[in-house]
Amino acid sequence: MAAHVLLIEDEPNIAEAIRFLLTRDGLRVSHAGEGAAALVLARQDPPDLVILDHMLPGMSGLEVLASLRADPASRTTPVIMLTARGRDREVAEQAGADRFMTKPFSNAEILAEVRAMLAQSGRTP
Amino acid sequence: MPLSALTGTKLRDLRLAQGMRQAEVAQRAGISASYLNLIEHNRRKITPEVMERLADALQIDRAALAEGRNAALVEDLRSAAARSGTMAEVERVEEFVDRFPGWAGLLATLDARTLALERAVEALNDRMSHDPHLSASLHELLSSLSAVRATAAILAETPDLDADWAARFHRNLHQDSERLAAGAEALVGFLDARQGIEEQGIAAPQEEVEDWLRSRGWRIADAELAAGLEAEVAGLASSAARSLAGGFLARARSDAEVLPESALAAGLAALGPDPLLLSDRLGVSPLVVMRRLAGMADLQAGLVTCDGSGTLTFRKPTTGFPLPRFGAACPLWPLYAALGRPGQPFEARVQMAGQGERRHRVVAWAETRHPRGLRGPELREAAMLILPDEGEGPVLPIGSSCRVCVRGDCPARREPSILPVEGLA
Repeated sequence: MAAHVLLIEDEPNIAEAIRFLLTRDGLRVSHAGEGAAALVLARQDPPDLVILDHMLPGMSGLEVLASLRADPASRTTPVIMLTARGRDREVAEQAGADRFMTKPFSNAEILAEVRAMLAQSGRTP
Repeated sequence: MPLSALTGTKLRDLRLAQGMRQAEVAQRAGISASYLNLIEHNRRKITPEVMERLADALQIDRAALAEGRNAALVEDLRSAAARSGTMAEVERVEEFVDRFPGWAGLLATLDARTLALERAVEALNDRMSHDPHLSASLHELLSSLSAVRATAAILAETPDLDADWAARFHRNLHQDSERLAAGAEALVGFLDARQGIEEQGIAAPQEEVEDWLRSRGWRIADAELAAGLEAEVAGLASSAARSLAGGFLARARSDAEVLPESALAAGLAALGPDPLLLSDRLGVSPLVVMRRLAGMADLQAGLVTCDGSGTLTFRKPTTGFPLPRFGAACPLWPLYAALGRPGQPFEARVQMAGQGERRHRVVAWAETRHPRGLRGPELREAAMLILPDEGEGPVLPIGSSCRVCVRGDCPARREPSILPVEGLA
């Protein structure tokens, strides 16, 4: 069964590009454009990995991350955080993000990170 | 009296200006001519008594001798040395100013310019870091750029891309390039619309407002307040200073409404400059009385106010009571005792370090406000009125700020002084 990636990104065209890339790579991708819906999705269909944008409408990426980490079901789920600001790295890492990528990232970079983290957590794409 | 290094030189200049001989002045002052000669050549310190007698002999104000005509320049250079942290010969700054006034002025001007540029850099840095509009614009640009990059890479690197997907990504690419162009235009427009660097850096906004008030002799008549001073405020260089000045004027108008000049003058004549007594009799807050008293030309009162953090929010200086331009003030000021105990008056006779025997009477008072009601934060404001004092009695030794304070035995010192400290080798 394909590994499941939950993509939380409010920019539809970025989300579409990432979704295309990961799906083509054999992953199952679900997408939410804001935090509350993403948390519902995460409970209903626990992901193997989360790609989380820092700046989201409504709940911020950090708030979503805190909720994920507070839930025993997603406490150890790997999270890659995307942000436009390099100075958010420290805050994101302190909040429990496993990886941090600044926009604009390349497709190859994000694919490599996703593969590496899934492999680390014992899942193969 | 710890006079400046060149007090003797000043004495000599003043004597010569009056066309008097050394022997004549010495005789009038009751000292020997040879002793006066040593004093005039800065080879002997002068005791307060001798200074008093020499001032009488020359019929001059003793304070004029102690301060010198370049006191402001001396203070500027001391501040410059304090900021730079270099080992300048601060103890000889007066000698430097007197001997090379042009160079001293140039140094002070360059220091002021450096300070202005540092502030400009700070302001720009703050803008880059904290301006929400700039941050949002950059985020929008980077998001569009990310989408363009990811989509373009898929199109370029996927030769067998399904036609529907290709059409979709081309459409996305077009949308994002439009967003990118609009975002870039908005960003340029935003930056163009902002004031230039010079606006940010001339002086701290508070100093700009204080310079403006100083140019008016620290006085705004009630009639001027009523007529409005918008044109003068509009002439201030930075928008932050204009905003501060606007706030100052609004409060001055409100103060003038509850305590008009005529009522204040009558109260002052009857009761003297006692802020609490005036407050009680005139039915206004002691803070209002203190602010209004500070604006009276005849009283020659200084005033400092601070917020709950102790940061000085207003500084009206008075002779012999230098106020710090940078950093925190002397922790021994009764202002801070009042800040800690709102509603309780603090009065003290104080002696400022480095100002000889001159004394001041200070009165401090603090109040609390709750602009957001019970559930909001408590805000504090304290004020200290600084009045000239001729009285006798015990004094509280204070300073301006630790960096330029010469008191060697101060229990409240928080950092070393850049000046030679009294009582230490």
